[in-house]
Amino acid sequence: MAFSFFGGVHPKENKWYACDKQTQEFPEPDVVVIPMSQHIGAPCKPLVKKGDPVTVGQKIGDNQGLCVPVHASVSGTVKAVEMRAHTSGTTVMSVVIENDHLDTLCEDVKPRTQDEVDALTPEQLVDIIHEGGVVGMGGATFPTHVKLSGGIGKVDTVIINAGECEPYITADDRLCREHPAELMKGLKLIMKVFGLSEGHIAIEDNKPEAIAALKEHLLDGIVLDVLPAKYPQGAEKQLIYAVTGREVPSGGLPAAVGCAVFNAATTKAIHDVVYDGMPLIKRIVTVSGDILMEPKNLLVPIGTSFNDLIEACGYSENPYKVLSGGPMMGVAQYDLSVPTIKGVNAITVLGKKNNFYVDEPHCLRCGKCVDACPMRLMPVMMYQAVKGGDVAEMKAIHLMDCIECGCCAYTCPASVPLVLGFRAGKQLVRNAAAREKAKA
Amino acid sequence: MAQQMKYFYELTISSSPHAHSPVTTQTIMRDVLIALTPALIGSIYFFGFRALMVTLVSAAACVFFEWGYCKIRKQPCKTYDLSSVVTGVLLAFVCPVSIPYWTIILGDLFAIVLVKMLFGGLGKNIVNPALAARAFMFSWPAAMTKWVWPGFENAPSIIGATTDAVSSATADAVSVATPLAAMHVGQLPDCSILDAFLGNISGCLGETSALLLLIGFVYLLYRKVITARIPVAYILTVAVLSFLFPKGNDPVAWMAYQLFGGGLMLGAIFMATDYVTSPITKLGQIIYGVGCGVLTIVLRYFGGYSEGVSYAILIMNTCVVLLDRLGRPTPFGVPKKEAQKK
Repeated sequence: MAFSFFGGVHPKENKWYACDKQTQEFPEPDVVVIPMSQHIGAPCKPLVKKGDPVTVGQKIGDNQGLCVPVHASVSGTVKAVEMRAHTSGTTVMSVVIENDHLDTLCEDVKPRTQDEVDALTPEQLVDIIHEGGVVGMGGATFPTHVKLSGGIGKVDTVIINAGECEPYITADDRLCREHPAELMKGLKLIMKVFGLSEGHIAIEDNKPEAIAALKEHLLDGIVLDVLPAKYPQGAEKQLIYAVTGREVPSGGLPAAVGCAVFNAATTKAIHDVVYDGMPLIKRIVTVSGDILMEPKNLLVPIGTSFNDLIEACGYSENPYKVLSGGPMMGVAQYDLSVPTIKGVNAITVLGKKNNFYVDEPHCLRCGKCVDACPMRLMPVMMYQAVKGGDVAEMKAIHLMDCIECGCCAYTCPASVPLVLGFRAGKQLVRNAAAREKAKA
Repeated sequence: MAQQMKYFYELTISSSPHAHSPVTTQTIMRDVLIALTPALIGSIYFFGFRALMVTLVSAAACVFFEWGYCKIRKQPCKTYDLSSVVTGVLLAFVCPVSIPYWTIILGDLFAIVLVKMLFGGLGKNIVNPALAARAFMFSWPAAMTKWVWPGFENAPSIIGATTDAVSSATADAVSVATPLAAMHVGQLPDCSILDAFLGNISGCLGETSALLLLIGFVYLLYRKVITARIPVAYILTVAVLSFLFPKGNDPVAWMAYQLFGGGLMLGAIFMATDYVTSPITKLGQIIYGVGCGVLTIVLRYFGGYSEGVSYAILIMNTCVVLLDRLGRPTPFGVPKKEAQKK
């Protein structure tokens, strides 16, 4: 049963650039930069220092609390432990490893047989997934073990998100086509943690080859939900609504309506960690864009710089924007030495003709943003409230429920920078809340 | 630092999204102008080339006044968005073809400077500039109500013709009545319903042909410039009310003349749907359309003048803020009751 969420837009998909390109193993770079913060929560503390030898899969950073460890993606020597540029736009403590190209495997990496996996308890599974450094690989990088352990007993529906509604990105499409069996086994592991007999895989109907591959490998108890292609079909709340008809409450987590959503790449990573014992050190990245000579899907060691990946694809004109992610929600980068981290599913390189900036835009009050908002908000009113700095009004019209999907700004004929305004407005609301807390 | 930070290219940083729909203000206004073209061609057929001249002069004047205003106030000039062209064409469409040029240029000045630019320009005005200017131009009631019969033999001359010239040229011109004027006194007009639908009747320059305006409507829907909510709510309301409260004993004919005999089609399709002055919420738009319909019938039945469309829309324009507040959708994941409290 598929429900259609309110609003949404149909941006030009542009998937043809890379969707038929077989995933290639990217040649290991000479140097990788592994940031200690690749997840939501406390950053890791480096466990190695300059000059230490490291092996593939060795844990090089960990911390207490809400934290996910990070691992070396190549073997070699630690060249530096220092602040380096990060895709979020700040600098983050990072471990720089010089690759010796020997691929020495860490002793901790041990594959498990099916019997050994079957003998694992849900708690042991969660521990293994935590130690394997698995985070949400769709971009949000929420620690997967927290989602799993927090949902035990509450979750009755688990959904694998293979929607991939962003233009250009084809990493999950390729994953479904090339590794459907691993995806199924990964989902079975998640179902085992939650004690469920049924699981869902949600995918958009614009990926017929991926759907065929998944159908061929479908296991008992797994339901394939083919949803109409519409942006943002892959947004967590919209996806849950599309599959189950349940609305995640404002400010709440999916577990509140008994749902848990895992990205397809995350599910594959869970499989790899449990069966192969290999922590999350590589991921599929789509390098695409309208000015690239040869867009590619690449299996990339974590820590490879954006520049290496873009150079490998070639470009026909100097890039105008380089995005970590797709064009709807991606983060524009200014420094291409930033490393590929666990949450980077795509690098999108755009040319000059993607300039939509308008000086002093005039809102027409056309209402297209209201019709497009999948959260049923009033973007035009929210923007007015932000411009006026009216925090009470911002809260009253649910600014904080905005998921920053970009539908409103995409559809705005006057090119009003709506999402930019909402980000600023949310900060105003948070600042005001912090001030109130300080007073009390 | 071991490795120098590299800035490879002049990369642009901005907030997401980095993609944009091909629809811009300019393409929307261009689509509205395309949608008005059938009616403009029809008006040339019915009322002669003066109809074209009046429209062109009005559009040019609007662009000039907006450009001049921006120059004097030293503001960036955005006449390329074509919105003032649309205002100029619409104002011409709601004037009789015999309107003196100076009157319509004065109307353009009022529409652009007083109604639009002084309120902050495109998107900021409270009432529809073309309709407000029309209301202003009724300060010269004689010029605004000099109707001519359709047909080239009755067409006023292209240049220099004033109302006096028209009335002296053809004795009939003064006494010509629009279908609505007959209905205002409770009679069915003496033209056929088909003539009223095709536009072969007297009336404002661009309003007479329901058929050609509906073609424009279909184009606007196809291009997704407007939704059907406001026009359909508006036209249906007028249809139902005029059918329920006919004067005379033929409610169907009465309803048909109410729908096609005056400015309802032009008003419902092109004026009431003006983005700036109509609600943005679905519920608000439906209430707005119904309100326009009710007011149109009330003004046509009980007002001092035979037509009520433009005043009905102007009155509803002023209610838009309230209607949007009323029609605000319940956000995703917020219980209905809690949303209503706020």
